[in-house]
Amino acid sequence: MKSAYEITPQEIRKIIIEESKRANVGHIGSALSIADILAALFQGVLHGTGTDDPNRDRFILSKGHAALALYAALYLKSILTRDQLQTYCCDGSFLGVHPEHRLDGVDFSTGSLGHGLAIGSGVALASRLSGIYYRCFVLVSDAECNEGSLWESVMFAAHHKLSNLIAIVDNNGQQAFGKTKEVIDLEPLGEKWRTFGWEVHQVEGNSTEELMRSFQALDTRNGSPKVLIADTICGKGVSFMEGKVEWHYLPLSDDQYIQALNEIERTAKK
Amino acid sequence: MRRALTTALREIAGSDPRVVLMTADLGFMVLEEFAKAHPSRFFNVGVAEANMIGLATGLAASGFIPFTYSIATFASMRCYEQIRNGPVLHGLPVRIVGVGGGFEYGHAGYTHHALEDLGIARIQPGLTVIAPADHLQASAAIRMTYDLPGPIYYRLGKRDDYVLPGLEGRFRLGRVETIRTGSDILLLTLGSISTETVKAAGLLALQGIEATICVVSSLRPAPLEDLMELLARFKATVTVEEHYSEGALGSLVCEIAAESASTCRVVRCGVKTMPASVCGSEACLRDANGLGADGILKSALVALGVSVNER
Repeated sequence: MKSAYEITPQEIRKIIIEESKRANVGHIGSALSIADILAALFQGVLHGTGTDDPNRDRFILSKGHAALALYAALYLKSILTRDQLQTYCCDGSFLGVHPEHRLDGVDFSTGSLGHGLAIGSGVALASRLSGIYYRCFVLVSDAECNEGSLWESVMFAAHHKLSNLIAIVDNNGQQAFGKTKEVIDLEPLGEKWRTFGWEVHQVEGNSTEELMRSFQALDTRNGSPKVLIADTICGKGVSFMEGKVEWHYLPLSDDQYIQALNEIERTAKK
Repeated sequence: MRRALTTALREIAGSDPRVVLMTADLGFMVLEEFAKAHPSRFFNVGVAEANMIGLATGLAASGFIPFTYSIATFASMRCYEQIRNGPVLHGLPVRIVGVGGGFEYGHAGYTHHALEDLGIARIQPGLTVIAPADHLQASAAIRMTYDLPGPIYYRLGKRDDYVLPGLEGRFRLGRVETIRTGSDILLLTLGSISTETVKAAGLLALQGIEATICVVSSLRPAPLEDLMELLARFKATVTVEEHYSEGALGSLVCEIAAESASTCRVVRCGVKTMPASVCGSEACLRDANGLGADGILKSALVALGVSVNER
């Protein structure tokens, strides 16, 4: 699908700030964290998003609480309209804090952590069983790796060599109530996935260019399932949010809103 | 009903390439028939029920009809949230098979006794809930419903070696099946325990009390019209199920009786409290929980207002 807009991480971030302010809701840090990952995926990695092409790649935002970033990408991809985008968190809208499968471009509703990779494994397996080739990308949060159910899927996908399954871990080092290192230390995270039989790539998760190169280099027709451990900064792009746990929940004040938008626009001009 | 399932699925899968069978490492000496006939569509996913439902959700969204298989407790409860947020929310044709309702895994103990699976399944909108009473009815029900839209929970008994007299493998979605007629009392029965209900009706007949027995296998969609008609016709009914008294058939009948302002007295014959953690066979545990034929008989006499001592 042709996009009317350039899908840049700055544009995604700008929409996250604008819409979260308008709706007066939080989860801003988590959404900013994945702006570069979504920019890379929606710029040129995902094939056929928002169509009913049986060969289209599937994308599951398993960390559903960052849905605003996804809505921004879907809008920039011309799958959602501006009018739809501006219903974010309005009464009666399909655009809630967590994504809803009735929206074009959203295959699965998510919001409860630890579910998405299992569904993605089923989708990847279905491709093999049906002989219709496509890839399935699943974006999980680092704290989601606390969920035992995620590791059930990790084991299954490795055992069945689901080469067309690509997990991306948004490794921002934060969770709802603290730093992952202090809550449940995940390190060595890449080594864990590797030991479980996955092909692991550690990447700079706030670099769209590096992410694009990494996605394009994957041999998704052969070998093991792949995981990109994407090292990110929670709240990336807004100085007072970066690495601050409270921005998992807080909405923006008027002053913070202006400062956040200014900082993002300055980055965009660089 | 396990063999009935395997045979039905082997045959269905022969003509329908959408059918996939997954197990969470259970079904040894049961599922091989399917695995041998359709090896590419059989998956032992390991002891991982949550992942199994996620996989089934992904497969169903991609055009397949996946069956997931485990013991009823694990099939329904370990992955309940996955069922709710996956096949239920997305309206996908995932078929969840829970084997061994009630005390069927007798000596295995409390962890293996499914006493609330039907209750938690029944409250999920759009989740069809089917609990056959013998293997012939299980076979018919699976063949008739496997390609319905939306998800299904099947609670299947372990055994394939008995036939409920008068049922003759009949099954209709949203209806009851009458297997005995009598005008004094209505016995509504669900699942494998129905053999005890039939025995209880025999004991009642010895006392001059003639019972109608209706088998309720389609818990959702509920047989609303049939039940309303029956409740209007009888002055007393007993619901019989190997399940906690709350949540499943007994609750359904009470809801309908209350909402239709029926004057029929309902007595629920089910498991009243957490079972004592003693070890026992299915028969032993049924008796201990008032679910043997004698227990059902007593419930029937209570429903009729007959003092047990007078008899």
